[in-house]
Amino acid sequence: MAANQEVTARKSTAVDERKTRAQEAPMLPAVDIFEDAYQITVQAEMPGVSKDRLNVQAHHNELLIEGDVQLDMPAGMTAFYADLQTTKYRRRFVLSGELETDRIAASLKDGVLTVRIPKRAEFRTRRIKVDAQ
Amino acid sequence: MFESLFSGFDTDIFDEFKRLESEMLQLFGNSPWPAGIRATQRGAFPPVNVGTTPERVDVYLFAAGLDPKSLDLSIQQNLLAVSGSHKVKVDEKADYYRRERFDGDFRRVITLPSDVDPDRVEARYRDGVLQVTIQRRESTRPRQITVN
Repeated sequence: MAANQEVTARKSTAVDERKTRAQEAPMLPAVDIFEDAYQITVQAEMPGVSKDRLNVQAHHNELLIEGDVQLDMPAGMTAFYADLQTTKYRRRFVLSGELETDRIAASLKDGVLTVRIPKRAEFRTRRIKVDAQ
Repeated sequence: MFESLFSGFDTDIFDEFKRLESEMLQLFGNSPWPAGIRATQRGAFPPVNVGTTPERVDVYLFAAGLDPKSLDLSIQQNLLAVSGSHKVKVDEKADYYRRERFDGDFRRVITLPSDVDPDRVEARYRDGVLQVTIQRRESTRPRQITVN
């Protein structure tokens, strides 16, 4: 009987966790991703996110970008209209092996995050000369 | 044990589902607010939030990487119009995989509560958010009434 109760209790926490996760579903920031001979660049728009509320990390071949919107709001403000209904941005990308994840550089300006991921030297694009006979 | 097997899934596949869902919502306008006559479809650039207190109305426009000099703000009674240009620099030599950022000119007209004072407006741009603060008229503020 006691074991049974424990199972029930666990189930309900699992449901609660899922519920809170759904309510806090973060926004996907709009991104541009482009590659040149030396690096891949990710530019993400995260308006309202300041440097200290931003988290960029590369872990297990995954790039994680997340941030919290913080607005200057007077006390007791109520919403009159809202296109954005959450304050969290979050997006993840799978990186590939030729990228140097320990040399990622990130900068933030006016809500635009730029992440540069360099390619390993041996993977830089080399032009192949075609000899016509 | 199996959780770890499935938790890896909520990365891209579910993100994509969520994205689809939000695009559907944008299309069909499943918003708790009734649509104003000047409202654009959801998903229009830039997204706008409006908050009120008895003293003032604050409009937040979420437009990252904007040149504040390109902005044109005007207010006529309780209609706030914001237009500008959001240019994304394109690297000609690079190959693009995704281009989701809005690039071009925009204009949004926002209907504010009718008691705003168009003579007392302030605007500032910080961290990619343009915040416009409009004071409300004194006479319409709620007043405490004492009962004798």
